[in-house]
Amino acid sequence: MEEQEEKKEQKKKIKVKMREQPPLERIKNFNEVPHGYSPEEAVEEAIRCLSCKRPTCVDYCPVEVDIPGFLKLVKEGEFLEAAYKVKETNALPAVCGRVCPQEVQCESGCIVGKKGEPVAIGNLERFVADYEAEKGEVMIPEKPKPTGRKIAVIGSGPGGLTCAADLAMSGHQVTLFEALHKPGGVLIYGIPEFRLPKLIVEREVEYIKKLGVELVLNAVIGKIFTVDELLNEQGYDACFICTGAGLPMFMGIPGENLNGVYSANEFLTRANLMKSYLFPRYDTPIKRGRWVAVVGGGNVAMDAARVAMRLGSEKVYLIYRRSEAEMPARKAEVHHAHEEGIEFLFLTNPVRYLDDGQGNVRGVECIKMELGEPDESGRRRPVPIKGSEFQMEVDIAIPALGTRANPLLPKTMPDLKLNKRGYIIAEEATGMTSKRGVFAGGDIVTGAATVILAMGAGRKAARAINEYLKWKYWDFSGLAISQ
Amino acid sequence: MFKILKKEEKSDLVILFEIAAKDIAKKAKPGNFFILKIHEEGERIPLTIADFDRDKGTITSVFQKVGKTTYHLGILNEGDYLSDVIGPLGNPSHIENFGKVVCVGGGVGIAPVYPITKALKEAGNKIISIIGARSKDLLFWEDKMRKVSDELIVTTDDGSYGRKGVVTIPLEEILKGDQVKATKKHVPSFEDREVVQEPSVNLVIAIGPPIMMKFVCKTTEKFNVKTIVSLNSIMVDGTGMCGACRVEVGGETKFACVDGPEFDGHKVDFDLLMKRLQMYLVEEKVAMDMYSGKM
Ligand SMILES: Cc1cc2nc3c(=O)[nH]c(=O)nc-3n(C[C@H](O)[C@H](O)[C@H](O)COP(=O)(O)OP(=O)(O)OC[C@H]3O[C@@H](n4cnc5c(N)ncnc54)[C@H](O)[C@@H]3O)c2cc1C
Ligand SMILES: Cc1cc2nc3c(=O)[nH]c(=O)nc-3n(C[C@H](O)[C@H](O)[C@H](O)COP(=O)(O)OP(=O)(O)OC[C@H]3O[C@@H](n4cnc5c(N)ncnc54)[C@H](O)[C@@H]3O)c2cc1C
Ligand code: SF4
Ligand code: FES
Repeated sequence: MEEQEEKKEQKKKIKVKMREQPPLERIKNFNEVPHGYSPEEAVEEAIRCLSCKRPTCVDYCPVEVDIPGFLKLVKEGEFLEAAYKVKETNALPAVCGRVCPQEVQCESGCIVGKKGEPVAIGNLERFVADYEAEKGEVMIPEKPKPTGRKIAVIGSGPGGLTCAADLAMSGHQVTLFEALHKPGGVLIYGIPEFRLPKLIVEREVEYIKKLGVELVLNAVIGKIFTVDELLNEQGYDACFICTGAGLPMFMGIPGENLNGVYSANEFLTRANLMKSYLFPRYDTPIKRGRWVAVVGGGNVAMDAARVAMRLGSEKVYLIYRRSEAEMPARKAEVHHAHEEGIEFLFLTNPVRYLDDGQGNVRGVECIKMELGEPDESGRRRPVPIKGSEFQMEVDIAIPALGTRANPLLPKTMPDLKLNKRGYIIAEEATGMTSKRGVFAGGDIVTGAATVILAMGAGRKAARAINEYLKWKYWDFSGLAISQ
Repeated sequence: MFKILKKEEKSDLVILFEIAAKDIAKKAKPGNFFILKIHEEGERIPLTIADFDRDKGTITSVFQKVGKTTYHLGILNEGDYLSDVIGPLGNPSHIENFGKVVCVGGGVGIAPVYPITKALKEAGNKIISIIGARSKDLLFWEDKMRKVSDELIVTTDDGSYGRKGVVTIPLEEILKGDQVKATKKHVPSFEDREVVQEPSVNLVIAIGPPIMMKFVCKTTEKFNVKTIVSLNSIMVDGTGMCGACRVEVGGETKFACVDGPEFDGHKVDFDLLMKRLQMYLVEEKVAMDMYSGKM
């Protein structure tokens, strides 16, 4: 009897696992890895929540979802109500449930986590959102009275989508401009199908269209229209810039322009946006490497490595200059990558790519690193160990070293203040920039960050735009600057 | 959706489209390109805006059938639609009165060189144009080029029309002529003054296959004449987001779509460009074979 109690206690300490495609099976397809909870599993997991009076999980959620509130509804089996509850503060729960780094956000604050595993808030968020979509009972709010105001939102990533939705709900006429031929930003071109099915992103886009947002694809703002033209000639009252940080960085080492060396952005864009994993049914080709080296330790590197694996590579190496503890990638994905047989080379950095004599990459020369003194980021700085160079044979190399601000749009706006690194300077609480009527947020302000932070910025800007439309007051102090 | 309003078959391989794209036409400038995608499964391919009509709201493209996408484009007709057209992309050409300019267009490169030649002419330059192709049936726009040039030289590799040989032969002659005059300049005799009045070539613009641009640059380098080329590297987004279009100019990596497509030809690593253009030869053949099988 006592033993049984103990077992129960023990069980409470660990979360209900999501069933997943087994690693050996899933590396042969692009289908989503976890299957998601069943209603029973969801209730079982939600019961682990203590419904804290002072819920510390919420403190760590960038948009302050009422976590105990929605978990209580899950416990009661009120799944639709639970979904609506989440949606009060988070416009894209099906996305966030899948891609947020919960281990450093809500789940890191969960009290249950002190003695065992925290409540699987992300899994449950995903469950309620999927449940709502499956039931086909997605709520379309009643159309508010039109205000007659026109707003341009530039960039259809998570930040742009959120801002457009919020503004439409306030009754404004919203046009969402997107440079690519498909909306969704990184959610479409960057994050692969097996981590975030594109159907989910399409569903969210359909939803905001139903709210009345007009979507204009293939519109590279700065080229086809400038922001000044939108504001002065096309009658837009305000504009929100949320164009992401899309410029890939290279290390500047020899051999980076050899055939077979891809920026992670290109590799993922070919695979995801252009669906080249379905080549030749889809026209865009992609090189399928036998031995692939991915360089970097973030989500982008993890995604590139796992895509390479699924394209049929024999061996995929992930080269990272620090150690596993410093890797910024979402923990769940690191775990998945390990399971899928990706070989991690920590404390290693490439120094040059080797030519096969025909202009193709045939290998990479690396150097071993050790951790020295902490740098500005507080992480210990990796320093090369002299004489530790070694070579590896690879036929595809994918540097995933982060991105920078794309100057294409800012270049056409001389009156828009940028910081030293080319990001737009905007007030954190409002997204207000140095240019009257122009707001900005997401990665183009903060540098590469997260989906939820971009969404948060979209929401704050929508609120600030509403205020601006009321008072037409512009006071950019430039003090409360993010970064 | 973007409608094809006009189709002209310039030859078996070269086709002209006029596409309805009002907003792009409004902004297009010589030197710009656009990207198109035929349908959901299609590839994004870059093509130059060879001409535009702001009143009609159209852009003109001349393309050569070389692989799956361009062959597929070739079977489309007036009234058909393209799912995506994105532009205008790339930096426009730098247009001013340089004095005397030689404009070289090779093969389908005649199309992109035309709007630049026209703009340079309108800016007051004296223009000598050289257009060349493998054979007569691959030539087009001789009349259009003649209208915007003070002098036009036509070459074909096989001699089926115009002068036999490649474009660098007449180019070298022109530059040599200048050199002769320039040396004469130092002879203070009165008759030679007249000759010196004739300006020498200040700029060469060359657009065509990479191998042609490479040899044009080798030629002009000898005479130290600034040469602008337009690079046709493989592209995906065309907005600086992927780096597929990397080229090396003066030892530095540049993205052709946003830093170019025009560059100082004397600094371009053409061998790298040519190697990078061959990256997908195997896949392109697979795609083309499948496609011709389907046809
Ligand atoms: C491969 C990858 C994996 C990631 N994984 C995660 C993850 O697991 N969890 C997480 O939280 N975050 C992740 N991130 C980061 C996250 O995706 C970004 O922080 C977030 O998408 C930023 O949103 P955004 O709205 O600012 O911009 P983006 O999502 O970058 O969207 C910007 C959009 O603007 C468009 N655009 C750009 N310029 C113009 C223009 N001139 N005119 C019109 N449109 C333009 C772009 O085409 C794009 O569609 C990942 C990023 C990548 C690249
Ligand atoms: C800025 C720019 C302007 C161009 N303007 C013209 C033009 O006005 N007329 C014209 O006929 N061609 C032009 N091109 C080249 C044209 O884009 C390619 O011929 C076309 O993409 C070939 O596609 P395909 O599927 O028919 O052939 P494929 O079989 O895919 O390729 C044939 C060859 O074309 C090149 N190529 C393939 N894919 C691309 C790509 N996505 N981008 C660039 N090159 C590629 C490669 O060298 C390849 O070996 C231009 C290219 C650039 C970059
Ligand atoms: S901290 Fe954990 S236990 Fe407390 S309310 Fe939040 S999820 Fe529930
Ligand atoms: S085509 Fe992608 S960066 Fe130039």
